[in-house]
Amino acid sequence: MPEDLKNTALGQDFEAARDNWRDAYEAHLPNEKPRRNRSGIEIKPLYTPEDWSPDDYMPDLGFPGATPYTRGIYPTMHRGRSWTQRQLIGLATPEDYNARMRRIVDSGATALSMIPCNSVYRGYDIDEVDIEILGTCGTTINTIEDMETCLAGVPIGDMSVALNDPSPFTLLAFLLGVANRRDIPWSRISGTSNQSDYISHYVANHMFFRLALGGARRVFVDHVQFANERLPMWNPVSVVGQHMQQSGATPAEAMAFTLASAIQYAEDCQARGLDVDTFLPRFTFFFDISISFFEEIAKFRAGRRIWARLAKERLGATDSRAWRFKFHAQTSGVDLTRQQPLNNIARTTAQAIAGILGGLQSMHTDAYDEVLSTPTEAAAKIAIQTQNILREEAGLTDVIDPLGGSYYVEALTDQMEEKIMAALDEIDAAGGMFAAVSSGLVQDKLGESSLDFQRRVESGEQTIVGVNAYADDEPIPVTPLERPERAAMEAQLAKLKTFKAERSSAAVDKALADMARACEDENLNVFEALVAAAEVGATHGEMCACLRRELGFGQPLIAA
Amino acid sequence: MNTTEVLQSPDIPAAVAGLARPPKVMVTKIGLDGHDRGSRLVASFLRDAGMEVIYTGPWQQVETVVNQAAQEDVDCVGVSSLATDHLLVPKLMRALNDAGLDDVIVIVGGIVPDDEEQMLKEAGVARVFHPGCSRADIVDGIAELIVARRKELGE
Repeated sequence: MPEDLKNTALGQDFEAARDNWRDAYEAHLPNEKPRRNRSGIEIKPLYTPEDWSPDDYMPDLGFPGATPYTRGIYPTMHRGRSWTQRQLIGLATPEDYNARMRRIVDSGATALSMIPCNSVYRGYDIDEVDIEILGTCGTTINTIEDMETCLAGVPIGDMSVALNDPSPFTLLAFLLGVANRRDIPWSRISGTSNQSDYISHYVANHMFFRLALGGARRVFVDHVQFANERLPMWNPVSVVGQHMQQSGATPAEAMAFTLASAIQYAEDCQARGLDVDTFLPRFTFFFDISISFFEEIAKFRAGRRIWARLAKERLGATDSRAWRFKFHAQTSGVDLTRQQPLNNIARTTAQAIAGILGGLQSMHTDAYDEVLSTPTEAAAKIAIQTQNILREEAGLTDVIDPLGGSYYVEALTDQMEEKIMAALDEIDAAGGMFAAVSSGLVQDKLGESSLDFQRRVESGEQTIVGVNAYADDEPIPVTPLERPERAAMEAQLAKLKTFKAERSSAAVDKALADMARACEDENLNVFEALVAAAEVGATHGEMCACLRRELGFGQPLIAA
Repeated sequence: MNTTEVLQSPDIPAAVAGLARPPKVMVTKIGLDGHDRGSRLVASFLRDAGMEVIYTGPWQQVETVVNQAAQEDVDCVGVSSLATDHLLVPKLMRALNDAGLDDVIVIVGGIVPDDEEQMLKEAGVARVFHPGCSRADIVDGIAELIVARRKELGE
């Protein structure tokens, strides 16, 4: 709306009062420096109907559960169903994991998560890497037997299972094998492949198994197709903006890169001939929540609006479930400080509120000590209770999108949308996300933005309490270490050896040969062959090695 | 930019300005983890301070790091660790010693719990830089170590 019309609509009283306020403000703060949020948007001291008009209510906001979905993807939002509390769990051995998981199941949990050891991310079996680091960041799962141990006594047919299972999705294959052993139909297996966004692994956190980028693209689509056809309750895709933001992207860039990846994945599935209304409703997203409070809320609101439009208009989905921007979010570890570490509880709380007000479906709150060490159980408990306090004491779930209609939040949502769309256009112009990471465009932006943030910290423009402001010499507390026992890892290595000796090596050889054949034949499904191989005893490392041989060797994509 | 220009840059620590050739530092990540935001930042800090930096990227093997340190004749190897890969640093120290590179300074940056910092120091690590260290802490800290080591070596 043109300025003059706006002013006329608001009346002369408005103009006079606004000018008075502006004069008074500038008299008190004559030399105020402009403030910008992390995405580079200038933040004004006051927002009014000149910045966002309720006349735009219907096109901009509408109602929850309907386009444009700005206010939320479901009609009832957190009143109908609170967000899922999804704390990530990964402990040293399958036995350790099972003990913790059973305590959680006994206390009534209906969702489980599983984080494998870094050796699994990187495509190795435990007998291929240094024992010192085994099981220090997650559970060592290499075989169907390990998965059976992890899930002993856990009713997998009745739980939602979040697997941190990067390409080639061997954990899912082991899970399906365990379901077969227990006569649980795959139609009852529900959950998410949390780490399916291979592009983010190549450019942001570099946690993948040295497969060539093009090979990962093939395995991804095969995995989506398999889930479409065989696993009606499984969400095969989670697009991970969290990796991008943790690696340095601004909130607007992280949203743009995530949406660009989602478009790439969807278009790859369409190129395979998959039906958009079948696969797109099962796309989910995973974001970082930084402490830039209003910016994060606006990021999520803008993301919902853009995704609904892209899903409908660009990808052609007619099923409204595909327009819903379902996301999990995790409070940002990058914002946490080693200095005065208990302050991190306050940071996590502010981040979590931003995520809740931003309308998330599922959340992980960080433990305050994760900047000191792998989180302790005591700190993890505080992180869970923070969510309970916010949900049940603070009344944050009483009203849907309570900041909707705030002049600031609506104007910021619009501006974040513009920033995100500009970055998306740039990626489109580069030929899409696959091309943009192959050329290094995205990596360069990650590098520039992380340097820019560091400069803001150094100049004091970005305060970090206890680090560049309000610092003291208070000693940093010593954290108790919870590292796996070496003997337990040695026993695990012995178990793997026994497992390999006792399985039918002929069956494994044949299954791996079938996988290799699937790699060569576009009409076969590599993931289907992998599921079969996992069931007859192929190990994670063997399956990854087979794919590397057949589909090529790859390296992390890093900025020049 | 030639060496003389580098050593006259206003951003470089005074101690380094007196050196005959710029400090040479390898910034690397060994082990399994790939989170490299910290190592990329530190590499650029050191470059800005006039040091010659070899940035290896993540996923390096101990043997590769040792070979490259020897070939490039580096003053210092900086190992970045977010997810427990610092537990492999004692192995790196032994390999450097075995290769006759015991005069190479090794520093570690990242998430290192106190108990394990002690363990790293006992293994010969010169310094551990934790999250929240400023650019100046890191640049000056490394410069001082290198200047002192060059003096010991009679350079």
